Formats: sequence, C-alpha cells, structure tokens
Amino acid sequence: MKCRKCSQKAVINMRQHKLALCTEHFPEWIVEQTQRFIQKYRMFTHQERVLVAVSGGKDSLSLWDILWQLGYNADGVYIALGIDGGFGYSRKSQVLCKEFATQRGLKLIVVDAPKDIGLTIPELAAITQRGKDKPCAVCGLVKRHILDRVAKEGQYDVLATGHNLDDEAAVLFGNTLSWNIGYLHRQSPVLAARHAGLVRKVKPLCRFYEREMAAYALVRGIEYIYEECPHAEGSTTIYYKTLLNQLETDRPGAKLSFYLAFLQAKEKGLFAHTEEEGFGAGGETLYTCPSCGGPTTVEGLCAYCRMVEKVK
Amino acid sequence: MDTVKIVLRDKDYEVKAGMTLRDALVRLGINRESVLATRNGELITDDEILRPGETIRLVAVISGG
Repeated sequence: MKCRKCSQKAVINMRQHKLALCTEHFPEWIVEQTQRFIQKYRMFTHQERVLVAVSGGKDSLSLWDILWQLGYNADGVYIALGIDGGFGYSRKSQVLCKEFATQRGLKLIVVDAPKDIGLTIPELAAITQRGKDKPCAVCGLVKRHILDRVAKEGQYDVLATGHNLDDEAAVLFGNTLSWNIGYLHRQSPVLAARHAGLVRKVKPLCRFYEREMAAYALVRGIEYIYEECPHAEGSTTIYYKTLLNQLETDRPGAKLSFYLAFLQAKEKGLFAHTEEEGFGAGGETLYTCPSCGGPTTVEGLCAYCRMVEKVK
Repeated sequence: MDTVKIVLRDKDYEVKAGMTLRDALVRLGINRESVLATRNGELITDDEILRPGETIRLVAVISGG
C-alpha cells in the first residue's frame, strides 16, 4: 500500500478516512489535524498556558509532543500513584515522563499522591467504600482533584488530556446503554470551567483512533509505557473498546460516525433541556469545599476531602 | 522454513508464509483494529505478504481503566 501524498510505502491505513500515509506524512497529518481540532472546538490559543496531564502512556505523551511541535506553551503534570503491579508501573511511567520532558526541554510537574494522602492508590482503595473492588474509582477521584488543584495553583488557562476517539466512543457507548443523560450532556471535546476551583478541560486528540495515536508514538520514537495499568485488566472500558473495534472491522468509520453524530446532535439541541429538567451532572449548583476550595455538588467537604479525612 | 512467527505481548503464533498479514490476523482471531504490526521495528500495513522465516511483532493498542 502506498502513501496518498508521495507514493512511498505506507505505514498506516486509516480505513475510516480512506487514507494511507507513510512514515513522513503520517505524523505531519496528525499534527495538522490536531491544530485543526484545537481551532474548530476553540480549545486554546498560543497565548494561553496549557497544562498537559501525562501518564507515561502513548496518548498523553503524544499529545504533549504534538503541542510542543505546534509551539504551544505547554507544561506537563505527572501524578505518582504508587501502583506497582509487580513491575513498578508508577515508577516506570514517571521515568518515561521525565525522560520525555528532559529530551525536549519541557517543564514537568510531579505530584506524589501517596505523600499527600499517606497511602498509595491500591492501599487507599482497599480501605475505602468507594474503592471496594474498584481502585479505578478512587484513582479517578484522586487524579481529578490533583489535576484541578495543580492547574489552578499554577494559573494555567487550560488542562489538556490525551483522551482519544476510542476513549470517547467507549464512554459514549456506556452512557448510551444506560441512558445516563447527565453524563451524555457533559461529554464534549471542551469542558468549560464551571467553578472558581476549576480550569477549562480539553481533549485535542478526541477525533483520532487509539490505533493512530499508538502509530504516532511509534513513528515519532516516543518511549511510552507499553504495559497496561494492572488494575485496568478486565475493565468495562476495555470491553466496550473491544466491542466497538469488532463493529469497526466490519464497518470502517463506525466509531468515528458514532462520536461525531453525537456531537452534532448535541449541537442541534439534543439534551438542551437537561439542565432545567434536573438531570444533573451538567447544570447543578456547585458549592465550594471549605477544606480545599474545590467544587462539590453537595454542601460541605468535597468527595476527595471526605475520603482523605476518613483514612487519616 | 515456510512459516512466519507472529508475536503479541507474551504469546507467539505461527502461520504459513505467503498470505497477507490481514488473512493471518483473521486466522489467529486477532482484531485488526486492536493492533499495529511491525517488521524489523517498522510499521507495516495489513496488505503486506508475510515472508518465510520472518517475525512480525504486533503492538496492542487498546488501553484504559
């Protein structure tokens, strides 16, 4: 198969776009498209300060690499979670993030969550109701809290995450199966800051397939953690992604149109009445946590502070 | 040696040379959307014909918790 642009040998065939590209033109295309999405969804400008949440995985490091190439003012933040899984998962990912930043002369903020909380994520999950049998729920809460805090304290304009189209389609699929209107209402490439303790959140990779981001990382020689988080094994997200890929195999473009048609429907007013009808998660009142100053949907301590207080 | 070794994570598979990578993946029950394939460290598309004696390394692309 040949590259559409130069007739050299293609390294990837994106069937949903009927587009095959070579090792030179594929990364160029990814960078150009990312810039297009940043502008299309009005994510941020070159004058704003961007904080990229990096995990050591292919998506977040690729995102940071793309923003760096595009000349954005983008720092990185890595959260050490204390997950080992028998192969030093957190330690390894931190090293990869540090090496990535050093190679490009970028600033990386490292937050040590176990130092803050006094427990690693698996330890925290084991002793809290929220984490019972599902450390990912605790991990998500801790990460969201720390990312919001670091972005706010560092006076960043925007927090960028490496969510790709497969991530978004899997979430959309899950929320559609349960018709979770509140979450469907909130799902978007850009999430406005609805509280003084939050910054705008953006997903510049939301229209790229996961396969494309892995290919980008390989072609660009980005060293990422190949091993999966030990707690992700058997997760619902992976199950949904597998199902959607089966659909994609038979119908190229199915994942893309599922997600894009959803965004278009939202633009045309789907869920427009959600807030007034009280479905929550989009328009409910946000209170301020008296301990951390972050947002909370109930008066008093936020979910993070309540959890940490219980274990201290 | 008219076989090809295909490696995915810690699993090794063997298929006959001469078929396309796409056919090999179908035969092995591996979803083409869930992997990338490399030959000598270079990415290849799934219309490539597999050569006798070579090793194709697959990179799993799905992640998420």
